[in-house]
Amino acid sequence: MIDVSIVGGSGYTGGELLRLLLFHPGCRVQQVTSERFAGKALHRAHPNLRKASPLKFCALEELESCDVLFLCLPHGETAARFETFSALAPRIIDLSADFRLTDPVVYETWYGQPHPRPELLERFVYGVPEINRTALEGATHVACAGCNATASMLALGPLARRDLISSVVIDVKAGSSEGGNSSNEASHHPERSGAVRSYRPTRHRHVAEVSQALGEFPIHFSATSIEMVRGILATCHVFLSKPQKEKEIWSMYREDYAQEPFIRIVKERSGIHRYPEPKLLSGTNFCDLGFEVEVGTPRVVLISAIDNLMKGAAGQAIQCFNLMHGYDETTGLTFPGLHPI
Amino acid sequence: MTECPVCGADITFAEGTVVGELLECDDCGIELEVTGLDPEAVTEAPETEEDWGE
Repeated sequence: MIDVSIVGGSGYTGGELLRLLLFHPGCRVQQVTSERFAGKALHRAHPNLRKASPLKFCALEELESCDVLFLCLPHGETAARFETFSALAPRIIDLSADFRLTDPVVYETWYGQPHPRPELLERFVYGVPEINRTALEGATHVACAGCNATASMLALGPLARRDLISSVVIDVKAGSSEGGNSSNEASHHPERSGAVRSYRPTRHRHVAEVSQALGEFPIHFSATSIEMVRGILATCHVFLSKPQKEKEIWSMYREDYAQEPFIRIVKERSGIHRYPEPKLLSGTNFCDLGFEVEVGTPRVVLISAIDNLMKGAAGQAIQCFNLMHGYDETTGLTFPGLHPI
Repeated sequence: MTECPVCGADITFAEGTVVGELLECDDCGIELEVTGLDPEAVTEAPETEEDWGE
């Protein structure tokens, strides 16, 4: 049994990690920190977990040694406190952006400041099993991928690996939980309700992760927040370097993903669920992928859906945890979702 | 065994399949008509598409 603790466990990602880890057969949740909720029951922050555990949140300074630390802190905090965390646990799974980018120059370009701990970058393995499985199996430190980056790179991977992408326009529609659980003027209900808000038309930081994972082709990325709590739909308009027929695209995606437990091809000609839809993935670790070739043009439209808090954060972190510890990759992650929802 | 003409998935006939029978591809959901048994063959069955307001 592996003893795990969660640092920064009162946010949405922390809540999802708890929901998964409390019922994972291979681990025991030892402590969960939250400065705001210290001393209070878990369900004060995560009402769905009422009666799920007698644990209470504790303060960061009360954290004790354990086998694995899951870090759900604001960006910059993992790097700033690395020695503290490292002294407490031999294995760290970080859900912030601090160690996702391996090149400190690239980090500075996208984050606008020098990397605070560049000497630590090589310790971390980028946490996308479908791209980095072998490295994750022996990893002690994992940097979990960004949610939009995950949805995008899983869609683009098969074409990128075959050098078929001339350029891509990625249009992400995202749910409000991407913004975390802190309220502000923008999340005030009269302002947020019904809004279709372009929040990052260009220069989204997750572009750097996609480039790092898949190679240097032009990526034009825009993100829009829509009336949805969970979920990401990434519509990727790929301009191909060489025309492909639909059957050829089917073949590539089948070849790359047929054995992947969490990737499903969703592409049907009739019915109401013809392409991936994030609503159906709420609470699951699936990434559903669909596509359509535009006849007579070099464009293929790839459609990728995930739950941003699951495959885009906590679920993928557990998938990495399973790989690191030799568990079946799907352990604790078999929830198939709800329908209708 | 044959393959789906739309997505290339393997299509296996159950015992007792007859020519003219309609099958569904497990991968892309397309309806297929059995056109041969030896060798096994299928074609895309005619279908009325929804226009989804287009």
